[in-house]
Amino acid sequence: MARANPQGISRRTLVRSGLALAGAQVAAPFVRPARAAGQGIKIGLDNPLTGAYAALGKNELVGCQMALDEINAKGGILGRPVQLVVEDSTSADAGVAVLKARKLIDSDRIDFLLGNVNSALSLAMAEVSNQKGILHIVPGGHTDAVTGSSCRWNVFRVCNTTQMEANAVAAALIERYGKKFYYITADYAFGHTLEAGMMKAAAPLGGVRVGGDLTPVGSVDFSSYLIKAQAANPDVVMFLLGGDDMLNALKQAVQFGLESKVHLAGAQQELEPLQGLSPQARIGVWVMEWYWNQPGVPHVAEFVEATRKRTGQVPTARTWFGYVSVWTCALAAAKANSLKALDMAKALQDFHLPPEVALGPNPAFYRAGQNQLLASLFVGEAQASGATADDLFKVTKVVDGAKAAESLEESGCKMKWPT
Amino acid sequence: MPFWMNAIGGYTELATRIVVMGLAAMSLNFLLGFTGVLSFGHAAYFGLGAYGAAMAIKYLGVGSIPAILLGVVVATIAAMIIGALIVKLRGVYFAMVTIAFGQVFYFIAFRWNAVTGGDDGLTGWHRLPINFGFAEFDIYQNDRAFYYFALVIFAICVGAMALLLNSPFGRSLIAIRENERRARFLGVPIEFHVWLSFVISCLFVSAAGALYALLNNFTDPRALRVDLSGNLVIMAVLGGMRSFWGPLVGAAIFVALQDYVSSQTQNWMSVIGLVFVLVVRFFPRGVLGMLRGARA
Amino acid sequence: MSQVVLFNVFNGLIVGAFYALMALGLSLILNLSGVINFAHGGFLALGAYLAYTLIPYTGFWIALLVAPLLTAALGLVVERILIRPLYGQDPLYSLLLTFGLAYIFEDMTRLLWGAQSVPFQVPQWLMTSLSSQYFFLTGYRVFMMVIVAVAVGGLFAVLKYTRLGMRIRAGTRDLDTVSTLGVNVRVLRSLNFGIGIYMAGLAGVLAAGLLGLSPTIGANLIMPSFVAIIVGGLGSLLGTLLGGLLIGVVSGLAAVYFPSATEAVIYVMMGLVLLVRPRGLLGEEGRLH
Repeated sequence: MARANPQGISRRTLVRSGLALAGAQVAAPFVRPARAAGQGIKIGLDNPLTGAYAALGKNELVGCQMALDEINAKGGILGRPVQLVVEDSTSADAGVAVLKARKLIDSDRIDFLLGNVNSALSLAMAEVSNQKGILHIVPGGHTDAVTGSSCRWNVFRVCNTTQMEANAVAAALIERYGKKFYYITADYAFGHTLEAGMMKAAAPLGGVRVGGDLTPVGSVDFSSYLIKAQAANPDVVMFLLGGDDMLNALKQAVQFGLESKVHLAGAQQELEPLQGLSPQARIGVWVMEWYWNQPGVPHVAEFVEATRKRTGQVPTARTWFGYVSVWTCALAAAKANSLKALDMAKALQDFHLPPEVALGPNPAFYRAGQNQLLASLFVGEAQASGATADDLFKVTKVVDGAKAAESLEESGCKMKWPT
Repeated sequence: MPFWMNAIGGYTELATRIVVMGLAAMSLNFLLGFTGVLSFGHAAYFGLGAYGAAMAIKYLGVGSIPAILLGVVVATIAAMIIGALIVKLRGVYFAMVTIAFGQVFYFIAFRWNAVTGGDDGLTGWHRLPINFGFAEFDIYQNDRAFYYFALVIFAICVGAMALLLNSPFGRSLIAIRENERRARFLGVPIEFHVWLSFVISCLFVSAAGALYALLNNFTDPRALRVDLSGNLVIMAVLGGMRSFWGPLVGAAIFVALQDYVSSQTQNWMSVIGLVFVLVVRFFPRGVLGMLRGARA
Repeated sequence: MSQVVLFNVFNGLIVGAFYALMALGLSLILNLSGVINFAHGGFLALGAYLAYTLIPYTGFWIALLVAPLLTAALGLVVERILIRPLYGQDPLYSLLLTFGLAYIFEDMTRLLWGAQSVPFQVPQWLMTSLSSQYFFLTGYRVFMMVIVAVAVGGLFAVLKYTRLGMRIRAGTRDLDTVSTLGVNVRVLRSLNFGIGIYMAGLAGVLAAGLLGLSPTIGANLIMPSFVAIIVGGLGSLLGTLLGGLLIGVVSGLAAVYFPSATEAVIYVMMGLVLLVRPRGLLGEEGRLH
C-alpha cells in the first residue's frame, strides 16, 4: 500500500482493526491448558525473586520448600499432595504483584496465597485475596497495617509488627546505654511506625528523642545524617532501616568510627545485611525475629542442619517465615478438616504452632482477632563471628512476643468476618 | 477469557493489563512518535490519573466512571500548567524536565502519607459495579466484565486519538516532527501545537492510569516514578514509534512476555533483556515497523 | 549548627566527586556517540564484583587496577557487537538496547554471585578517620577523592594533550569533518566508549567500599548521573564534573534542613536549571537538540 497517508492510519485501517479485534473476542477459544489442575493442593508464593529484595525472597522460598517437603513426607494436607507454585512479584511493582496473585488464583487455581516481603505489595495482594476469599499468609511484610488498620479475616502474618520489635528492645537499650536517642529512620511506613513504636516504648522508661532524620529509601550516602547524629550527642543512634539501607548506613557509620563515640543500635535487624557487612562492621544492639543459634531449644538444630544441607548456609529469620507460612496452611487445614478459607481462618484464631514449627523457647500462636503471630523476639548484639563463622549475632535476651505485643486495641485492627 | 489470551496461557487480568498499558504507551506515542517530542515523565500523569481515581473512590465513594473522569481532570489540569512551563524546551532537555516533575510528584505522593497512603499505597477500596439504572455491570467481581469495560475506554480514547491525528491538527503535528523549522516558516504555531499535543497525550495517559488503579484496586507512588515512564517509552520503541498501533504491540510484548517468562524461570530478566537487544538489532523500526517495511 | 552545615558541604564535595566520576563516563559516551547508556549502572556493578572476585588472589590494589580494565574490555566487546550498528540512529534505540543490557547485567550478576549482599574488604588502614573532629574524613573517602582526582585529571590530560583526546574533542563537535579528515571514526568511538566504561568500572570498585555490594548496587546511581550531566551542561565534561559536585553539596545541605528530600532536591535543582538556563552551567548555547 503506497504512502497515501503519512501517519499510516486511515479510516479503513481503523475499521478493519476494529472488526478484527471484535471478531477475536467472539471466536472460539483455542484453549491451552493452564498448569495442570488435579487432585493436589497448591500453595501460591508471590514474592520478590529479583530486585532489591531478591535475597530475602529467596530465603523465604527456601523455608517454604523445606516445609513443603516435610508436609508431603507426612502425607500432605488432608491426605493430598501439596505443590508450591512460585511467581516473581518483583521487589517494588505492585501491579505485577497483583497480576501474579490473580494468575495464581484464577489460572493456577491455588488454594492458599503467600507473600510479600514488600509491605506495599502485601497490602495490594491482600485486596485481591480478600476479594477472592483465599487464605493469605504474609511471611515477611512488616508494615503494621497488615494486621492493624488494614487487617482482614483471611490475612495472617508471621513476622512481627514494628511495635513489638520496639517494645522488645527499648528496655534493654535504656538499661545499657542511656536515655538519649537519635533516630535515623527510613522514610516509609516501616521506619515511621518503628520510630513511633520506639518512642512510645522508651517514654515510660525515661527515653528521650534528641533528634532524628528521615532518610529516603534507597539512599546511597548516609554521611550527612551520621554527621548530624554525632553532633546531637546522643547515647544511642538508632538505625531504623531495612535491607540495603541498613547495610550502607552501618558500613559508613563504622568507617566514621562512630561506634567509638556513640552506641549504635536499632530495632529490627536481619542476618542478610549482617552477612553483607565486613566483620568489623558487625556491631550494635538489635532485635531479630528469629535466630538459628538456639542452644537447648528442641528441633532447632535439625532445622538448621536441614537448611545447611539444602543451601550450604544457616537459616535466617526469612527462612523461618517461609517455613512457618507453609506449615500454617497445613496445620490450619488439618485442624479445620477443611480447605475452605473461612473454616481455616477460624481454626487459626489463637492457634498455637507445635514446637517443631515454632522453633523457639516461647509459645507461638496467632492472636485471635488480629491474625498476628506472637512468638519470640531475640535481643542481642551483632558480632564479627561467634562459635562458627556464620554465628553473627549474640543473643542476650529472648523476649516473649505475647508480652511484647501491643494490645489488640492499640493495633487498630477491627476484624470484619463475612456473614 | 478473551480468545487471544488463551493462546499464550493467559488469563483475563493479563489481557486487561495489556489493554491499559497499551493505551498508556499509545498516548505517549501521540507525543513521541507523531509530534516528535520525547517525554520521560509521563508516569507523573499516569499516576495522577491513578491517584485521582483511587482517592475519589476511597474518600468520595464515587462510581467507576466518575472516578476515571476525576483522575483525568486532575491530571490534565496539571499537564496544562506544566506543559506551559516546559514547552519552549526540546529534545533531551524536554525529556529531563519531565523527569524532574515526575520525580517531584513521586516525592509528594510518597511523603503526603495522610492523603496518599505514602509508601504503603492507597488501599482499602475497590472499584464499584457500574449501575446505569436499567442494568448493572459488576466490573468488580467479574474480571471479564472489567476487561470489556477497559476495552471500551481504550476504544474511545484510541478512536479520539486517531481522529485527532487524521485531522489538520494531526497533520501539523507530523509536520513539526518531520521538520520543526520548516513548520514554523509555514506559520504553524509550534509552541501551541506542542503544548496541546502534550496535554492531549497526558489526558489519555491519565485515563490509562485511572484504569490501572481500578484494575489493581490499589495505587502507590511507584505509579509516578521514572521507572514506569521509562517502561512506556520502551513499549513505544519496541513496537514501533512511527506506527499507530506499534505501542500497543510493544505493550503486549512487554507485559505478556515478562509475565510468561517470569513464570518459567527466575532468570526472566536476562531473557527479556535479550529480547530487547535482539529487537533493536534486527527490527530497527520496532516490531510493527519491521512488518510494515517487509510488506512495502 | 553552622558546623554541621560546613561539614555537610565538605562531605558533599567528597560524595559529589564520586557522582562526578560515574557521570563523566556517561557524558563521554553521550557526547561523542549520542548513545544513552542505560547499562552504565550494570557496568559499575560488574566492576565492583570483578574486584570482589579478584581481591582474595591479588589484593585490593591490583584489583583496583585490573577490574576497571576488565570491565572496559567487556565494554569494547559490547560496543563492537551491539552499539556500533546504532550510530546515526535515533538515540532512543540505544536507550532500548542498553535498557535490555541493564536487565541482563543485573540478572547475570545475581546468577554468578548470588542475590545476597557480599562483604567487600577494603584495606584496614583506609577504614579509619583521619581526625577526630573531622571524623567524616575517613581514609577511604580521602582515598576516593584522590582516585577520582587522578582519573578525572588523567581524562582531561588525555583529552587535551594526546591525539586521541584531540580527536574525541573534535569528534564531539563535528564527527563528519573528523571522518573526512581521515580519522578512523569507528576506532575512535570504540576507544571513547571503552574509556567511559573504564570510569564506570572504577566507580564500581570505589562504590563497593561505601555501599553494600549486591546486584542492584548501580540502580540508584544512574539517575543522579544524568542529572549531573544536564545541570553541568550537555557536551561539557567540566560541566559534568561540576554538576556531580553540585549534586553532592545540594544533597548534603538538604540533609541538614529537609532530610527526607535529599533525593528529590536534585530533581528540583535540575528542573530549575532547565526552566531558567537550559544549557546548564557550562553548556554551549545552541546545543538545544
